[in-house]
Amino acid sequence: MKKLLERIGNVDRRIIFILMALAVIVPLALELTMEMPVGEGPSYDLYEYVEDLPADSRVLMSFDYDPSTKPELQPMARALVTHMMSNDVNIVAMALWPQGATLGQTILSSVSDSLGTEQYQDWVNLGYKTGGQVLIVRLGSSLEAAFPTDLEEVPYGEIPMLSDISTLRDFDLVITLSAGDPGIPAWVMIASDRFGVPVGGGCTAVSAPQFYPYLQEREGERPQMEGLLGGLRGAADYETLIERPGLAAAGMSAQSIAHLVIMVFIVIGNITFFATGRKKRTKGGGR
Amino acid sequence: MTTGILGIWAGALLTLCLYSFLYRDNPFYRFAEHLFVGMSAGYWAVYTIFYVLKPNWWDKLVGAGDADPNMLWIIPGVLALLMLLRVVPKLAVYSRLPLALIVGGGAGLQLVTFFQTNGLKQVENTIIPLTGGGTVGFVNNLILVSGVVCGLVYFFFSKAHKGFTGGMASTGITILMVAFGASFGYTVMARISLLIGQTQFLLFEWLPTIPRVLGL
Repeated sequence: MKKLLERIGNVDRRIIFILMALAVIVPLALELTMEMPVGEGPSYDLYEYVEDLPADSRVLMSFDYDPSTKPELQPMARALVTHMMSNDVNIVAMALWPQGATLGQTILSSVSDSLGTEQYQDWVNLGYKTGGQVLIVRLGSSLEAAFPTDLEEVPYGEIPMLSDISTLRDFDLVITLSAGDPGIPAWVMIASDRFGVPVGGGCTAVSAPQFYPYLQEREGERPQMEGLLGGLRGAADYETLIERPGLAAAGMSAQSIAHLVIMVFIVIGNITFFATGRKKRTKGGGR
Repeated sequence: MTTGILGIWAGALLTLCLYSFLYRDNPFYRFAEHLFVGMSAGYWAVYTIFYVLKPNWWDKLVGAGDADPNMLWIIPGVLALLMLLRVVPKLAVYSRLPLALIVGGGAGLQLVTFFQTNGLKQVENTIIPLTGGGTVGFVNNLILVSGVVCGLVYFFFSKAHKGFTGGMASTGITILMVAFGASFGYTVMARISLLIGQTQFLLFEWLPTIPRVLGL
């Protein structure tokens, strides 16, 4: 028994890689789906806030990520844009990360084509601008000074939907999809806490725990963030809520099975450690 | 072969090259790694020149479009050149001037807002009544308040962690461990999500192009 445990404990790491690959590939290839109820929580809060926005509300959406986090944040972007465009909410897009502007444009134009909304009437992409937090402060005084033209070099003054938008305060909501810095903290610090504009958003799963304190709500006061989508799970929640399952919802079965495999390995690792390794180390005079 | 399919194939083959490292280090992996490093350097150099320096400095200096030239923009240009003097050991000391401006300006801008958002607001949100939210609210608020207090006691080293203080410190470290565990769980989820995204790309974008490319 001890030898068997030792062999399991010393298993070639490549076998673990193969099992992990299978745990991801098989559910995706077989298109396995799992029921995923979405209860009250940060994802639902954001959905509810967007859902309650009246038609023709104005949302500033910042694509603060790049292709390295595309699998987590792009499905979120698609779900949010679909929800807002379906509810006739006007979207002004921008990016604090250079490649975010192009990723955002891909989503906006494809969803716009499918829902029949019009660029410059219902949505516009102002593109990328360097500066991070300083840029957000600038948006508080003049949007046009920060973005004289949009991504396609059309002057700010010639874009109809921007005619009555001059500063950050003219927006009903700011949504940031954030993969790091600059991202959610900068928007919360400046847009929410300084200018009083409601902020919501999504982020990679790695950074989600550090943003949960922003959701804390005191009686009679607005929270620092209206809602938060954390990682692929957050994206899948939102897809479920708007009843348009996409890549994130499809990936959740693979995610769950991969997590099960990891948990099994953690349990096996601990059993073999306590059954074999620990005794050896204690005999040798401790660790 | 269209450029779209060419892009998909380049992405797929480079993905496979990088994943081949999971078996062992090999020339395919090193090729993809070096290609990535080289392309990133080139991409960022071009991006910085055309999307950062040109619109934010050069165009304002020479007066692009209808704007008038503004010679004041020579000052940030000179500061940028001073920053580059770091590579000349004898003149490196002058690079401290722009660096001091960046550090001073950054600290000044960040200090108040950062402290308000991430310090004061969070402290304020911890000072909450234990009652008023029903049983669930009471338990939640109790965990929040006692968790914060015990966590702070763990980092209070002026008193030995014995007796009542020791108990609070132990509770504090337990709560910290729970937080680290949650953070680790999220990290695992993030890494698996990236694997899922790349697998979806290989399965649903790359694989369907194989028969077309091979003429089957």
